[in-house]
Amino acid sequence: MTTAAPAVEAGGLTKTYAGGVKALDGMGVTVAAGTVFGLLGPNGAGKSTTVKILTTLARPDAGTARVAGHDALRHPDRVRRAIGVVAQKSGADPVATGRENLLLQGRLHGMRGTALTARADELLARFDLAAAAKRQVRTYSGGMQRRLDVALGLMHRPQVLFLDEPTTGLDPEARTAMWQEISRLAGDEGLTILLTTHYLEEADRLAERIAIVDRGRVVTEGSPDELKGELRGDAVHVELRDAPDEVDARLLATALGEFAAVREVAVDGRRIAARADDGPAAVPHVLAVLEQQGATVASVTVARPSLDDVYLRYAGRRFADAEEAAGAKSAGGAA
Amino acid sequence: MSTETLHQTWYMTQRQLTAIMRQPIFLVVTLVQPVIWLFLFGALFHKVVELPGFGAGSYLDYLVPGVVVMSAVSSNMWAGMGTLEEIERGTLNRFLTTPVSRAALMNANVVQQGLSTAAQSVLIVLLGKLGGADYPGGVLGLLVLIVVSALLGTVFGASSNAVGMLVRQRESIIGINSFLLLPLTFLSSAFMAPGLMPSWMRHVAAFNPVNWALVSGRSAMAADPDWGDVLGRGGALLALAVVAVWLSTRTFRSYQQSV
Repeated sequence: MTTAAPAVEAGGLTKTYAGGVKALDGMGVTVAAGTVFGLLGPNGAGKSTTVKILTTLARPDAGTARVAGHDALRHPDRVRRAIGVVAQKSGADPVATGRENLLLQGRLHGMRGTALTARADELLARFDLAAAAKRQVRTYSGGMQRRLDVALGLMHRPQVLFLDEPTTGLDPEARTAMWQEISRLAGDEGLTILLTTHYLEEADRLAERIAIVDRGRVVTEGSPDELKGELRGDAVHVELRDAPDEVDARLLATALGEFAAVREVAVDGRRIAARADDGPAAVPHVLAVLEQQGATVASVTVARPSLDDVYLRYAGRRFADAEEAAGAKSAGGAA
Repeated sequence: MSTETLHQTWYMTQRQLTAIMRQPIFLVVTLVQPVIWLFLFGALFHKVVELPGFGAGSYLDYLVPGVVVMSAVSSNMWAGMGTLEEIERGTLNRFLTTPVSRAALMNANVVQQGLSTAAQSVLIVLLGKLGGADYPGGVLGLLVLIVVSALLGTVFGASSNAVGMLVRQRESIIGINSFLLLPLTFLSSAFMAPGLMPSWMRHVAAFNPVNWALVSGRSAMAADPDWGDVLGRGGALLALAVVAVWLSTRTFRSYQQSV
């Protein structure tokens, strides 16, 4: 499928909401047909606004957006026929049954007759909702509602499926089940999936390519392994028994820094973080240096870089801190 | 309007009607409230017909159109709450990302509100009959009453939807409604004959759409209808309903820009 036109192609998107909140600032994304693409970023980074523009709900102040070969700004109707949308908020009608929700969704897409009912029943069975098909949606558990949401998005066999924070609010068990379902979808009929998430683990696990979004634009993009590989090296974390004072901390950092196999040494309280091309091999040397300096080591861990490390590198802040900042900024407002 | 839009209007209306039928508490409240008004006001003002110049035989005869019209206002002015709920739940956005015609989404509100108001009006008329009310204008008169109350309901339903989409706050709808319902009702001939109202009130009432519905409905229900009144006030209501629906469609567009 590498020769096919991209399923999603957007560039230069900017959007400022009334009240001056700059949601997008030169956002761009290209998703190859038949792949799963993840937009990863904290709440308020601009992922949802991007999805709203690509799904024809919102209009950007500037920029271009093509979805499934159609211009989302000029021909939103054509785009709507080609896409399935699973938004952050459920959107299912709580007093209608699961089956009624699916039938209406299909009808709005012009499906009729047995094609309609057969598709609804097929999806109910596939998402393990057949037994609850005739129950009102308000009686569903969170996991069941989310599965119905995905089924609603798939009802008319879209070419591109948008999943906006598909597992937010789910308990761990339901989340794992949803992940399996999304992985299964990815193999389907050349379906293209654009997924937004603020869970690093989710993007790592589901997406073939990831764009890291911060403050309304993409800061880096690649496959999860590429992104981690760019950091070139393992993370070495040492925990000391006692926190060194400021002078000692500086001495420790300098002593470790002189040692060629490790770099990016940071001492923060009792914790020391550093990078090494070969983490395990660097550990004995690191320990020797620390002992020389008179520091007592409580534990040492070596880890392959995580997407959190990638995020820190490109966005210049820790993922959790960005989440917090976004939460404070967007409290009460649309993010 | 394409046949697809008509189909979609029907599907969306059906969805709303099913939702109403499945919320029995909602149904009971909309039915019990007019009954209370009918018999409360009926008992309270029982003797006002004896006032010289009131001009009606029994107060119940006079009251039925009043309660029909008041109920049309009070049940439709809450329409915005439902719209707000659909926005908050994400249902409206879900529909907006499908190819459903935007006209169908708005039409469904109007049709549903019209049908609900008509059903409610019929029930009140029947209850009145049960209580001994007399309808000298016959079926045609009652039909006019039901149509004008549905039109009035559309005016308030569409306006409420517009307010809901615009302010996105329940408190605002509650505030506006509590502020408007009683003044609009009492600044009309709903419960008191115009001839007995203070003259300033009568002048204000002339500009009150609630009163237009009452004048039009009551005229049609009389033994000898004044069709000029019926059509004049009815036409004004129709025009107002068109404007209200047009306005709510405009706010719908502005909602889409604020998403």
